Amino acid sequence: MSGSEVVIVGGGVTGLSAGWWLARSGVKVTVLDKFIVGWEASGRNGGGASHYQSPLFDEEQRMWPQMDELLGYPTEHQKERIIIAMTERQWEQYRFVAERHHRLGHPVEVLDVKQVQEAVPLAGDNCFGGVHYKFGGHANPQRSVQAYAWALQDLGGTIEQHSPVTGFETAGGKVTAVKTATATYGCDAVVVAAGPQIPQLMAQFGIDIPLAPARAEMIITEPAPMMPIGGVDGHKLYGRQTMRGNLAYGGGPHEWIDVDATGPKDRPSTPLMRNLASRLAELLPKAAHLNIIRSWAGVIENSPDGRPIIDRLTSPDNVVVASMSGVGFGLSPASGHAIRDLVIDGACSFADIDILKLSRFDNLESDWREKRGWMPIS
Amino acid sequence: MELNFTGTDICAVNGTSSAPEAHYELVVVGAGPSGVAAAIDAAKAGKKVLLVDENPVSGALMGNDVPLYFGGRMTAATQNSERMLEAIFMSMPELETAMEAGVELLLGTTAWGVYRNGPGVASLPEQVVGLADSERSWLIGFDHITLATGARDLAMAFPGWNQPGVMGAAALQMLLTRYDAFAGRRILVLGSHDLAVETALLAQARGVEVTGLVEVRGAPQASAELLAKLAETGIPIHCGTAITSAKGGIDGVESATLANGQEIACDTICAAIGLVPSIELVDTMHGARTLNAARGGYVPLGEATVSAVGDCAGLADNGFDHVAYRMEWMQALTNISADDTVICQCEEVTRADLIGVQPPNYLSRPAPMCARSLNTLLQDGPANPDQIKRLTRAGMGVCQGRRCRDQVAMLLALEAGKPFGTIPLASHRAPVRPLPLKIMADWNEPEAMSAAWDVWFGIPTQWVPVEDLGTQYEEDHRQMLYTGMYE
Repeated sequence: MSGSEVVIVGGGVTGLSAGWWLARSGVKVTVLDKFIVGWEASGRNGGGASHYQSPLFDEEQRMWPQMDELLGYPTEHQKERIIIAMTERQWEQYRFVAERHHRLGHPVEVLDVKQVQEAVPLAGDNCFGGVHYKFGGHANPQRSVQAYAWALQDLGGTIEQHSPVTGFETAGGKVTAVKTATATYGCDAVVVAAGPQIPQLMAQFGIDIPLAPARAEMIITEPAPMMPIGGVDGHKLYGRQTMRGNLAYGGGPHEWIDVDATGPKDRPSTPLMRNLASRLAELLPKAAHLNIIRSWAGVIENSPDGRPIIDRLTSPDNVVVASMSGVGFGLSPASGHAIRDLVIDGACSFADIDILKLSRFDNLESDWREKRGWMPIS
Repeated sequence: MELNFTGTDICAVNGTSSAPEAHYELVVVGAGPSGVAAAIDAAKAGKKVLLVDENPVSGALMGNDVPLYFGGRMTAATQNSERMLEAIFMSMPELETAMEAGVELLLGTTAWGVYRNGPGVASLPEQVVGLADSERSWLIGFDHITLATGARDLAMAFPGWNQPGVMGAAALQMLLTRYDAFAGRRILVLGSHDLAVETALLAQARGVEVTGLVEVRGAPQASAELLAKLAETGIPIHCGTAITSAKGGIDGVESATLANGQEIACDTICAAIGLVPSIELVDTMHGARTLNAARGGYVPLGEATVSAVGDCAGLADNGFDHVAYRMEWMQALTNISADDTVICQCEEVTRADLIGVQPPNYLSRPAPMCARSLNTLLQDGPANPDQIKRLTRAGMGVCQGRRCRDQVAMLLALEAGKPFGTIPLASHRAPVRPLPLKIMADWNEPEAMSAAWDVWFGIPTQWVPVEDLGTQYEEDHRQMLYTGMYE
C-alpha cells in the first residue's frame, strides 16, 4: 500500500500511533482532529503501560522500551510497577493477581513492608505489602502523544488540527473521501479513532458502535524526591511519579455522560479531589504534606464488556474502527501496529485480536446502557 | 461469562459524593473592602452570609508567593499567625461591623474551588464552594456567590528576577499597610502609571527609600495629580528605558542595571507594571469571562448566581490600556535580555525553551526534538498555552503559574505575531491554591463511595487476561476483584 493515502479521524493516541505505523510503511497519512492532538483522554490519563489483560500485551511490552528511539522524541517511559496493599482485602486481592502473573509467566515479586519502602520511600508502615511487577511501566501521556504526532510528520504525514470531520464520501462499497467543514480529503482507506464521537461518525454508515462515554478525574501534587520505582499503584488508585517528581493519581467513581458529535462540551473536575487526596495520603503517607497543585477530568468511552473494539468493517470495507474502551494510552504502540496491519493486510500479524471484533456485540440488547446503569444522571 | 445486570452501576459517582457541611444564601470570597461591604449589605437584608478570606496565609505559603508576589521580602513577623490575624482586624475595623451585622466570618480560610452542575457534570448535590483552613477542607453550599478576590501582581521576567527581593506592587502594599512586615529598605519601582506612583508614594511615606521608577515608554504614565505628588518627593522617573538585570547575593537583590547603563543600588525591585483580576475561581466553575484591557485583563461577566465585586470585577477604568502597556514592557524586556532568561521559576523554563517548545532539562533532546519550535507547532494550528505548558512545563510548578502564566501568554502572542487577546488563557484548575493532601483529604467519606470505590470502572470483563477467558480463572477473577456491580 506504499504511496496510498489513509485518513485518520481522531488525533488521540490511538489514531496517532496508527498513523505513525502506517507512515513507517510508506503510506501517506493525514490525521484530522477536532481540536489539538491528544486533547481528550489521551493526554489526561495515568500513563500506565502494563496491560496484561489484552491480546496486545506482548507487543505493548516489546515496543515501549524502544519508543523514544523510534519516535525521536522523549516519552518519559519508565520500566516496572509496584502495587501496594493498604487493607487486608487488598492484600488478598493483590496476591491473587501476583499468583496469576506467576502462572502466566509475567515476572513479579511479592514484597514485604520493608521491601516496599525500599522501592517506594514515600510508603509507610501502614501497608500490608506489595507486588513488584518486573514488567510494564509508565510514560508521560502528553509528551508521548505529541511525540507520535511529530514522528508522524517527520515521516511525511500531515496533521490537521481544528478540523472536525463532518462526513464521508463513498463509492463502490468504499469510502473515497473524508469531509470537514472546509475541505475534502480523498483516501484509499480510513481509520476512525475518534473516541466518544465514534458512534455518531459510524452511524453515517448505518453501523451501530456500542460505546458509552464517562468522565473520570485525576489529581497531581508538587514534586516529591524521586523514588527508585515511580510506577506505584494500590489502594485502588492508579498513577505514577512523573520524572519531575510530581505524584499524578486517579481512581474511584466515574460519571456517565452523553457526548454529541462535536465532542465533550467540557471536562469539569469535582470535589472528588478530596477523596483521591485521602487515599493518596494513605497510600504514600510520607507524601501527605505535599501540596496538590492541579486536578482535572477526562472523558473516556467504554464498550459493553470494557474491551477495545479494533475491527475492519466489511462494508464499507476500507474502514478500520478503533476504540480502546478507556484503556488506550499504554497499549498505543501495539494498537497502532494492529490498526496498521488491518488497514494494509486485512489481519493483525502479531496477535489474535478476534476478541476485539465488533461482531461480538451483534446480539447486544438495545438497552445495554440502561441494563448496566451506564446512563447519564437525569 | 454470564452477567446479570442490576441496572445500577455502583461504581459510578451518582449520589455518593460528600454533601456540603452547611448552606448559606450568600458566600463572599475575599474580605477586602468590596467583599466586606457586599457581605454587610446582604446580612442587613436578612440573608445568611458567610465571608471567607485566605489571609493570613502561612509564612510558608507567602514564601511561595501566595496569594501575592511577596518575593521573599516579608519580615519574620509573618511567621506568627496570631499577630497576623490581629493585624488584619486592626487594619480593617469594618470586619467587626460585619460580624455585628450577623455575617459569619472565617479568616485564614481558602476558597479553593467552586463547583456546579453543567456540561459534563450532573452529580453534584448542589453548587458548592470548597474551603480549607490549616486543619482540614470542607464544602459549603450556596444560593449565590460573590467573588471579591481582588487582583494579583503581574510578574515580569528579566535576568536576575528569580531571586529574593523581586516582588509585586500589591504584595508590597499589603506588607507595608496591613502587616507592617516589609523587610526591604531601598526599592526600585518598575512602571510609572498610577499603580507604580501610588506604590512609590506609599513606600516613601512608610519610611522606605525609593530610588526611582523605571518607565519603558518615553513619558511617565500616571495621572497629572499623582505625578505632581511624586515630583514633590524628588523621586526620579527613568523614562524610555527598562531593567536589563538584577544583581544580588545570598540575601537577594543588591542592585539593578537599566538599559541606559545606569546601575542603581537597591534591595528590592517592585514590579508595578500591572495587576491582574483574580479570576481563578470563575474558571474553576467554568464561568463566563471576557478580556477588558482597560480593566486589567480577563474579568468575570457575572451570572444569575455569581457576581464579582472590587478589583476581581476589573480594575477601575480610567482609560488606560493595561494590555498594550504590558505588551510594551514584555517586548522591551525580551529585546534586551538573553534567550536563557528564566520565565517559569518553579520549573526553570527559559524563554528559549518556551519558544522552542523544548522539554525540561532532565529529558534528552535528540535532533528531531531540537528541530521543533513554536514556529513548527504553529503550522499545526494557533498557539495554545495549555498545549505549550504540557510540553515545556512552563506554568506547571508549585506556584500554579501565578508568576508566569500572563508572561507566557504575552510571549506567545509576541512570537506568533498575534494580538494578546487571540491567544487563549491557560486554564486555571482547582485547587486554586496549593493545598496539602492531608488537608484536602475527605476523611469522612460517605460509606457508599468507600464500598464501591474501584481503581477504574469496575467492569468485571475488562481486566481478565485473554488466556484466562472461558476458564475457571475467569470466574475466580470476578469473585476476587469485583463486588456488587453485577449479580
